[in-house]
Amino acid sequence: MAQAPAELSAPFWDLIVVGGGNAALCAAIEAAEAGARVLVLEGAPKPYRGGNSRHTRNFRCMHQGPISVLTGAYGEEEYFHDLMLVTKGKTDEHLARMAIRTSESCLPWMEKHGVRFQPSLSGTLSLSRTNAFFLGGGKALVNAYYNTATDLGITVAYEAKVSHILIEDDTFRALRVTFGGKELEISGKAVVLASGGFQADLEWLARAWGPAARNFLIRGTPYNRGEVLKNMLDNGALSVGDPTQCHAVAIDGRAPKYDGGIATRLDCVPFSVVVNKHGQRFYNEGEDVWPKRYAIWGRLVAAQPDQVAYALIDAKSADLFMPSVFPAVKADSISELAQKMELPVEAVERTVAEFNRACRPGNFHPTELDSLATEGLEPAKTNWARPLDTAPYYGYSLRPGVTFTYLGLKVDDTARVSGANGRYTNVWAAGEMMAGSILGQGYLAGFGMTIGTVFGRTAGREAAAHVN
Amino acid sequence: MSIDALATLSNRTAVDFDTDATIDEARRQLEICNACRYCEGYCSVFPAMTLHRAFSDGEITQLANLCHNCRGCYYACQYTAPHEFDHNLPRALAEVRVESWERFIWPRGVATLFQKSGVALAGALAAGIVVILVMAYALRPESGEGFYAVISHTVMATLFTLTSFLPLAIISVGVWRYWRHVGGDRVTLKHLSDALVDAGRLKNLSGGAAEGCNYEKEDRYTMARRWAHQAVMWGFVLCFAATVSGTVLHYGFGIEAPYGPLTLPKIFGIPGGILMTIGGIGLIGLKLRAEKSLGAPAVWGGEMAFVLLLTATAATGLALYGATGTAGVRPLLIAHLGAVFALYLTLPYTKMVHVPFRFAALVRDAQTRKA
Repeated sequence: MAQAPAELSAPFWDLIVVGGGNAALCAAIEAAEAGARVLVLEGAPKPYRGGNSRHTRNFRCMHQGPISVLTGAYGEEEYFHDLMLVTKGKTDEHLARMAIRTSESCLPWMEKHGVRFQPSLSGTLSLSRTNAFFLGGGKALVNAYYNTATDLGITVAYEAKVSHILIEDDTFRALRVTFGGKELEISGKAVVLASGGFQADLEWLARAWGPAARNFLIRGTPYNRGEVLKNMLDNGALSVGDPTQCHAVAIDGRAPKYDGGIATRLDCVPFSVVVNKHGQRFYNEGEDVWPKRYAIWGRLVAAQPDQVAYALIDAKSADLFMPSVFPAVKADSISELAQKMELPVEAVERTVAEFNRACRPGNFHPTELDSLATEGLEPAKTNWARPLDTAPYYGYSLRPGVTFTYLGLKVDDTARVSGANGRYTNVWAAGEMMAGSILGQGYLAGFGMTIGTVFGRTAGREAAAHVN
Repeated sequence: MSIDALATLSNRTAVDFDTDATIDEARRQLEICNACRYCEGYCSVFPAMTLHRAFSDGEITQLANLCHNCRGCYYACQYTAPHEFDHNLPRALAEVRVESWERFIWPRGVATLFQKSGVALAGALAAGIVVILVMAYALRPESGEGFYAVISHTVMATLFTLTSFLPLAIISVGVWRYWRHVGGDRVTLKHLSDALVDAGRLKNLSGGAAEGCNYEKEDRYTMARRWAHQAVMWGFVLCFAATVSGTVLHYGFGIEAPYGPLTLPKIFGIPGGILMTIGGIGLIGLKLRAEKSLGAPAVWGGEMAFVLLLTATAATGLALYGATGTAGVRPLLIAHLGAVFALYLTLPYTKMVHVPFRFAALVRDAQTRKA
């Protein structure tokens, strides 16, 4: 699919889709099936196509009864309740309920377009009722959609960087694109913007977050740099979400700067003593089970000096969490562990000794809140508090890993983008670029894919109806 | 010679192998897979992987022999090059697999010759034909009908009993050493029947969604390799049944070859030969289209020569039957017996050993599978 630059700018496209992840492809497929002549501009080279979708794993889906690989029922109210729990009310209820309701019809649509699901086999995630897992993960989903797009005659251009969206009188006219070493102007009857957030632009993050953000690791694609989002905001498009907010989790400190994906997660915190670079504890490691709390640990670690923390465990806990991608630092004593991790030895020894003294006998239950708490310790550890006393000892470093940003374009329930004078005539947005409308805070596993699929399909359908 | 004595003839130990770069590379990749686990639905390798946190050499060897090189996990992987994790699990496991055969089969080094060099295997085929040719002339029988007018039955039977017994003994010892290395338990009928069902259906080439492989069309699925492989496998089983039934007819009932179309050797042999020939041609075509770097590139030539030899064996057998009563019988019989001879003698040192090793791996997998 290595089109020559001239071949991209010569035809007049019905629909140009900016971006090449899940939402973009859903939009392109819907529009092509409605008969539109579609161009997809993916900023990444082919091996990295798909944006953050290549790192996703599952799709949260409402259903009245068992459907495909999903068991039981998961109704609108329960789904919405789960969303309210994580967003603490920062959501647009109308759009959220629309996404939830539409998710049910999306699952068969996904299967029809080549996406395959698998039952949750390993039992590590008890989500077989609420979430459908992609066979092979998000990259397999992306592959299926690109194959479908090819079969539908959709033109895909890789390494096509959009720098400007030309809008006149609230109507989209053309895009300025760098492709194949040339600056092109490509015109079309409608545009769907689905090129993600700005989390890979560390300077933008640093402006919003402070200089500490330069030490953040980016879990997803290095190509989500927010150029299109920024250009639309400069154009006067209305935004939603808080530019200072990003979703950051605590991940293995040795993870790649970009694109570490799922494998860099560390689930050891509930069983650990977590210290900062001065060897001091700073938060209750046993507040809740890890999947629920680990999102807050990104912010906690970001607030520590040099944006780094260290999780220390002993042999008793070494097998209680998912295997890690990098091996733990291993030592026969706490002092040796501190030394190997380049931490102040005396401070770490004192912190661990104080922690151990504060531990009380009781029943330890790794899979539930067991109330095995410390006594007289500040900050307390309120669950799974067992002394670190059994060699060998293990240590992992932690850093904030950014998953996505919340700032996005304001859309209505047809995925149409609004400018200062109201809705644009022919500009739609889908995916992370508008997800902040619904997910103003927190995160709900699989909901990003729900938003991308629902609004991608809606945008594609609406755009095709507009041009036909 | 006892099995133990034969085993010690190949004296490389597990400790030697610990330093082996291929095992270490597979271990590095499996540890990343184990932290990710997105591929758990593809084949038996991934559920088996999740039983471990750290991988011994034996566990890596077992996972490598369980892998059917369908390549689904490669195309689904978020960590393939240019990502710095540089994942290519199908290749890492293919290389461990090939090396494990070389390591367990006595004598070491012979496998390197035939697995890596298609020329060596072609040489073996040529040598086989020459041997048969020489025998056909030097030991020409005084009397005899049909095939036995070319080579006497006694010579043929003696030759092939010898050339099949030795390779089978060598392979048995190799598989037994494999079994010890991967920590295999006592085998029950349930383990065997599970493994037979998996092998018979080629379940691990179903891609997890019964859509087959990503072998020859990049990230698109096709059933071509599963069907072609099924044809060769079941064709081989039928041809084997034909040989056994022929032996029984000869010794048990005194009925000599060539056999008529409605006898067991032909009822098994003709469809078997057709299946093997078509399947073999299919596998050759697929192998030409598939990306070499997702297998073990060093043995590509040897593997291709092996499939060609297997296909040639089946095709000449069919042609021989077709030529019944014509002047073609003599040259075709010599070519066919030469191919069979080369196939048998090189059995422990070619891709053919994947059959017993893979079966052993499936039995071991049945033992460890979660209830």
